[in-house]
Amino acid sequence: MKPDDQKITWVREPRLGPTGRSFLPLFVQGLMTTLRHLFRRKQTVQSPETRHASPDPLLYRGVHRLNWDDQGRVKCVACFLCATACPSHCIDIIAAESPWPDREKYPESFTIDELRCIFCGMCEEACPVDAIELTSFYDLSGKSREEMIFDKEKLLSVYDQTKNTEPMRTRRIER
Amino acid sequence: MPQVLIDNREVTIPAGRRLNGIEAARLAGIEIPFYCWHPGLSVVGSCRMCLVEVGTRDPASGKITMQPKLSPACNVLVTDNMVLVTQSEKVARARAMVEEDLLLRHPIDCPICDKAGECLLQDYHFAYGQPERRADIQPFTSRRRDLGDVTLFVDRCVMCSRCIRFAAEISGTHELMVTGRAAHEEIDVMAGYPLNNKLSGNVVDLCPVGALCDKDFLYRQRVWFLRRHAGVCTGCSTGCSIWIEENQERIWRVKPRENPFVNTWWICNEGRYDYPHVHNPRRLRRLTGKPDQLSAARDTDAALAQRHPTAMEIEATGRPVADQALKSPPPSPPRPIEEKSLSQLAGALRGAGRLAAVVSPFLTVEESYLLCKLIRGIDPGALLVLGPVPTAGEDERFAKGFTVRAEKCPNRRGVEAVIAHFVHRVDTFDDLLPRLDRGEVQGVWVSGGYKRDWIDEATARRFERLKLLVVHDLFPSPLSERATYVLPGAAYAERDGSYVNRADRLQSVRRAIRPPVGVWPEGRVYWELLGRKGLYNSDAVLAEVAREISYFSAVVGPVPEVGIDLRANLLARAAERSATV
Repeated sequence: MKPDDQKITWVREPRLGPTGRSFLPLFVQGLMTTLRHLFRRKQTVQSPETRHASPDPLLYRGVHRLNWDDQGRVKCVACFLCATACPSHCIDIIAAESPWPDREKYPESFTIDELRCIFCGMCEEACPVDAIELTSFYDLSGKSREEMIFDKEKLLSVYDQTKNTEPMRTRRIER
Repeated sequence: MPQVLIDNREVTIPAGRRLNGIEAARLAGIEIPFYCWHPGLSVVGSCRMCLVEVGTRDPASGKITMQPKLSPACNVLVTDNMVLVTQSEKVARARAMVEEDLLLRHPIDCPICDKAGECLLQDYHFAYGQPERRADIQPFTSRRRDLGDVTLFVDRCVMCSRCIRFAAEISGTHELMVTGRAAHEEIDVMAGYPLNNKLSGNVVDLCPVGALCDKDFLYRQRVWFLRRHAGVCTGCSTGCSIWIEENQERIWRVKPRENPFVNTWWICNEGRYDYPHVHNPRRLRRLTGKPDQLSAARDTDAALAQRHPTAMEIEATGRPVADQALKSPPPSPPRPIEEKSLSQLAGALRGAGRLAAVVSPFLTVEESYLLCKLIRGIDPGALLVLGPVPTAGEDERFAKGFTVRAEKCPNRRGVEAVIAHFVHRVDTFDDLLPRLDRGEVQGVWVSGGYKRDWIDEATARRFERLKLLVVHDLFPSPLSERATYVLPGAAYAERDGSYVNRADRLQSVRRAIRPPVGVWPEGRVYWELLGRKGLYNSDAVLAEVAREISYFSAVVGPVPEVGIDLRANLLARAAERSATV
């Protein structure tokens, strides 16, 4: 496309008048926003001394948890579907034959690298047995990278800590 | 040549070939689904998945008459003027009905089934099944039954009977059978006679669904994580074509690769479960030498290795990084092979005097050629001998001709041909030993690659008087303890190169995984020692070998997947010679 093409519409910036060139109206306009906020209720929270109101657990995607089933066994069946769906490859599972007669396999080890995780929630969507869920727990920190690799016990303990505030979101069809 | 009309496409059947409907449709690029049929087994036509409409065309008038009933394509021998319809409404309904029937009693436990991802029942359900299930069935856990070498998930079975026919026809051992009738049919073995033969692993590959599972692979990986690489089995001199299936530089299973000239569709259990030695933590991983030999190289090597301390240990145990980092202390650093230490080695070879090289039958053609060239280049009068050829028992021949050879190495013929090019008489390892005792040789390069113990203490002691002993092997042995230099070697899945099997068929493969940190494949070591430019290139070496050695002259250009019969050129040359005489 050449500059003299008929289809091109050339738009020029409007020329500023003397008031505009002094920038005073815009300056006042901007300052008004600041002044307005000075007299409003403050939104800033002094975290971590005071905490945010808990985000909606149905919407928020925070730290993962592994659920227990009603018999106190890890619900996960080690199908690797979360690891398959995971775009950041942060889930690592080692499967083994389950010690229970009604289940075929279970995760011998289940680790999530929380530093690699991008909290997209695809693992939760992929899970066929609702074993992995994202909680609304958001401020996770650790002293080393190794500490942020959560193993099965840690992920199950996240469930214990959050089960009262966030019940299991079972979509299971009735048997 | 017979003309057949398949889905309105004219297909010409090559003369002299007896094809069934499935094979003929493949010629036209049409896929007919099937469970029970297998090109290597007899036809039973029991699964009814390959039902098609069959008819005939009157060659004079061109009038087509169709049979009223559907016929299984696997059991239809295609003849001239036959008409097959595979895409009609009637056929589609029949397929959907078969799929529905199979799924009535299926646990539908795909998420925990090892076959998911390569399961025909899954694939066909999506391709030909009904979108909705009419029966009210819930997923359940399949019953499990131990059949001996493999595990049977009873409820996943679709009763195609491939495994039973395999045990009857190919292995000839007849362990498997059907119990019950109709909807209660199940695969089973006689009490006290488990499935236990050298080919039993093949029933797992044959099983179109997740009923028969390999105990070695069960629960270990999902199949969609695996990448497959064409390989050649180095278990015996048959040299079966295999797929090496790997994920993150770790082999998880080995499967047969179809090759009509070598192994057809099968491999033996020995070859199938041979891969764990690749990941054995006992493997040599570092270049070592007698204290005074390596002093200069050591500091730089150790510093270099310090930077990646955990990679080796992960290879050794197979646990993921996360586990390793948490549970184990950092292992001692390996010392990788380096140009500097290699130049020392080359210097030592030059100063040793009379040299000899033991060329292992586990080396590829290219590697053995480079080794001979290297040793002969340093000492033109060097001895070249064939390494010990491991044998175990007798050749084992099964019902349909599949044979497990007693000679447990992949490339004796290739190595012999290479040695014969350099020294004209192929001496064996046993010929070398008396010469060592007499002190005729001062330096020996022993190439290994042996998977199990191959040399005893007494034989190794006969190498003690040498000035220089270089051992290039997979595992520590009595010989490597006495070596001046120990070089870590690569396993079969880590090499590029070609093998010549006992029937003179040359097969070329690429590596499936990278060797562990600090290990170079043999070919690369020889390449560097010869001072060649660039990276080790097995194709270039093979072309060189084909130019120089007449035995390999049939190799022109890239080697096809099924390999090249080297006898083709040898026969032609023999015929030429006799014609001129």
